[in-house]
Amino acid sequence: MDWQGQKVVEQLMQILLVISGVVAVVVGYATESFRTMMLIYAGGVVLATLVTVPNWPFYNRHPLEWLDPSEAEKHAKPQVVAKKRFSKK
Amino acid sequence: MHSFGYRANALLTFAVTILAFICAIASFSDNFSNQTPSAQIQILNINWFQKQPHGNDEVSLTLNITADLQSLFTWNTKQVFAFVAAEYETSKNSLNQVSLWDAIIPEKEEANFWIQISNKYRFIDQGHNLRGKDFNLTLHWHVMPKTGKMFADKIVMSGYRLPNAYR
Repeated sequence: MDWQGQKVVEQLMQILLVISGVVAVVVGYATESFRTMMLIYAGGVVLATLVTVPNWPFYNRHPLEWLDPSEAEKHAKPQVVAKKRFSKK
Repeated sequence: MHSFGYRANALLTFAVTILAFICAIASFSDNFSNQTPSAQIQILNINWFQKQPHGNDEVSLTLNITADLQSLFTWNTKQVFAFVAAEYETSKNSLNQVSLWDAIIPEKEEANFWIQISNKYRFIDQGHNLRGKDFNLTLHWHVMPKTGKMFADKIVMSGYRLPNAYR
């Protein structure tokens, strides 16, 4: 999953869960059925899981472009520069 | 988010947090229910009224308990626990409460009832103060929720009196 996909997936998960919570309470209160509320919420959790947890391809539309390995060998490896010590005047 | 496990964990924790909120809202909604219970208790007969060998008074009553507790049930009610207590004052105790009968009412349909029985639990005093005693019969109830806060209340019925002599 690319960065853009990760952001989308996190937002989607939160929105889906909050909405299924709200709908569950409203419908349950209106029908005076505690069972209905719990079933709706459980359904919402399952839906959110199916949509956001597996690595679906549409979350990978902006893939990172890593440098090709053969290209990297052509350039010198960066060297670690020793730190200069500051002397008091 | 970085991996399957990471996302699954994040979703699970958030889902449980939302579940806690849902249950809190469901419990809070119980505050808005309109409760109009009613009850009546008649003492049909004093079966016997004696002093036990170790000095305590005991009385056996036949009661007719009529009650309509249907309005106490909300969508968040698991059961209602109701009990009848005899309440009176003595020189030793400012308040005595003796439970005479109780029942668990699991459904709204069963909450409108009448029952005629002798006291389920023994009515024994701490001492021998019951002769000629005025007492109240109070129907208490606890509305036990499926989730959240339990509500308890009562109806006090006064005007009952025990006989002046043992029989």
